[in-house]
Amino acid sequence: MVRFIDADTRVIVQGITGTQGSFHTGLMLDYGTRVVAGVVPGRAGKEVEGVPVYDTVVDAMAEHEADASIVFVPARSAVFAAKEAVSAGLDPVVVITEHIPIRDSMELVALARRKGTTIVGPNTPGLIKSGESKMGIMPAQVFREGSIGVVSRSGTLFYEIAAHITRGGLGQSTCVGLGGDPVVGLDYVDVLSWFEEDPETEAVALIGEIGGDAEERAAEFIEGGGFTKPVAAYIAGRAAVPGKRMGHAGAIIQGSAGTAQSKMEALKNAGVKVGERPGDVARALLDILT
Amino acid sequence: MKLFEYEAKQFFRRHGIPTPRGGVASTPDEAARVAEEIGGPVAVKSQLLFGGRGKAGGIRFADTPEEAAAVARALLGTTIRDLEVRNVLVEEKLAIEDEIYAGVAVDRRSRSYVVLASSEGGVNIEEVAARAPEKIVRHVVDPLSGLSEAEARSIAEGVGYSGRDAEGLSDVLLRLYRVAYETDAELTEINPLAYVAGGFVAADARLNIDDNALFRHPELAERSREAEGAELTPRELKARRLGLTYVELDGDIGIIGNGAGLTMATLDTVTLQGGRPANFLDLGGGASAESIARGVEFVLSDPRMRALFVNILGGITRCDETARGIVEARGETGAGIPIVVRLMGTNEEEGRRLLAEAGIDTLDTMEEAARTVVAQAEAS
Repeated sequence: MVRFIDADTRVIVQGITGTQGSFHTGLMLDYGTRVVAGVVPGRAGKEVEGVPVYDTVVDAMAEHEADASIVFVPARSAVFAAKEAVSAGLDPVVVITEHIPIRDSMELVALARRKGTTIVGPNTPGLIKSGESKMGIMPAQVFREGSIGVVSRSGTLFYEIAAHITRGGLGQSTCVGLGGDPVVGLDYVDVLSWFEEDPETEAVALIGEIGGDAEERAAEFIEGGGFTKPVAAYIAGRAAVPGKRMGHAGAIIQGSAGTAQSKMEALKNAGVKVGERPGDVARALLDILT
Repeated sequence: MKLFEYEAKQFFRRHGIPTPRGGVASTPDEAARVAEEIGGPVAVKSQLLFGGRGKAGGIRFADTPEEAAAVARALLGTTIRDLEVRNVLVEEKLAIEDEIYAGVAVDRRSRSYVVLASSEGGVNIEEVAARAPEKIVRHVVDPLSGLSEAEARSIAEGVGYSGRDAEGLSDVLLRLYRVAYETDAELTEINPLAYVAGGFVAADARLNIDDNALFRHPELAERSREAEGAELTPRELKARRLGLTYVELDGDIGIIGNGAGLTMATLDTVTLQGGRPANFLDLGGGASAESIARGVEFVLSDPRMRALFVNILGGITRCDETARGIVEARGETGAGIPIVVRLMGTNEEEGRRLLAEAGIDTLDTMEEAARTVVAQAEAS
């Protein structure tokens, strides 16, 4: 079962003393996220933005009740940190770090599945529940409380489309960045299943890109009746060159697989409104909901 | 990072996978020497980083060392599909009785390695998957426990072998899985895996390593600098040295964005408006003003450039700093090239004012900016 966040979620920040970790701890606190502790080996006793730092997750949890963890640890050790959080029972574990080796991610996701833990990422902007809490690096100003669920593999394109939704007079419920790596904890189907049950989500913006077949599987799931709310989608990478990685490790057309055309086609066939431009997603959602 | 066949085979041998006798040569003389040592008919194989070399004329046969030298002379220095042949692998010609396929790949769907094997070897596995998917045995490996002997054996039997042959194939599969695991492979393939005189030999070899794991393989990290030239264009190579995530395209409009998805969407929107992007340059979601300036400078130095589109969605990056970076970079190079900027985020107003002062257009949306940059490229 997938687990996301709300105003009550108590968060541990792993890697809180680094540049990214400390900066985003400040922004998360500003947004209202309940950051209860930080973890960095060898830095126990310090404070960041008023948040106490511990050597290990277990030490932090001896002093504070915590539910979830967000990881800002560098790529070489990020998976060790994330496994520590999974083993301690934190859920979800959001892994912001980019450039983690695929083999490490495979082991992390396998461990998390065995424990029933939700892994968001790696290489994700994180999670936000509009107006309540964010576990991530997304700019808060583009979001507004509302009823659109957003699920995306990319970061800034997700902010772009969220901003269009807000400017159009709508707002967001929960937004999830799946992450730009080839191996990540969640796929569209996991998140759509959660949105199906979420009473605050009335419609969904699905943002995809070239590489893999997660969008095609989402289309299959929608077509098979697994998701019944309206969906509008945008797929990036129609002008991409096969065999070249377009920024994300996972954004690559291999042979003839993973093209934007194939994904757009599959989603259209499943009854999803597929936009030509990012702005079309918000326009389609406005049409549907107003 | 993709390895050449001769490099991949070094890893195979290290893990006990049988390979044909042979050696790599960069001159006709060296090729003759290797053929001499082998002492019989040889295959001379161009070392190129793509499949289907045989069909493209990159593999020839020779019966004597003199012939091997002549064939090597014909291949070395030529270009096949835009890639220069710098080395050939000279190997004993195998008396192949049967050809099968064996591979280990990262499977995004199951988030695991999958072992793939098929009785249809020597042809593109994608073709087999499309034509006769039942001929591919597919086994998902549990990342926490690895591939077991029993699993390897059942894959070998699934391909159609029994007894000693099944044992031989399952041994190769177990070793190939070790190669994948220990080198952090995204993909490793033996196609064909040749059945010769009662045993299996890796006639070809492919090994692609996860770039993000190169820190665990210092010997490959060294080698990767040399190999980059085989996979990247000169401009892409230069960009990589500068730490830029850059892909060269064949148009005349420069594209810079922050974040992979946004930059791809920018490319698509410009193409939709009838423009032809010259590149993809992703500065990363949290791009700093300095990195934006570096990117602008690099793209403006491209002689093909007729207009530049900078699309920055700042959340963390301040738009005023971004604007200063762009103005500065333009001062350094290519002052005549029109620049269209789309900025969104903190201190947006100040950023726009700075750009307007420098005579650079800013637009509210990606769509308007794409239209404008295409018009400017046409006019310039």
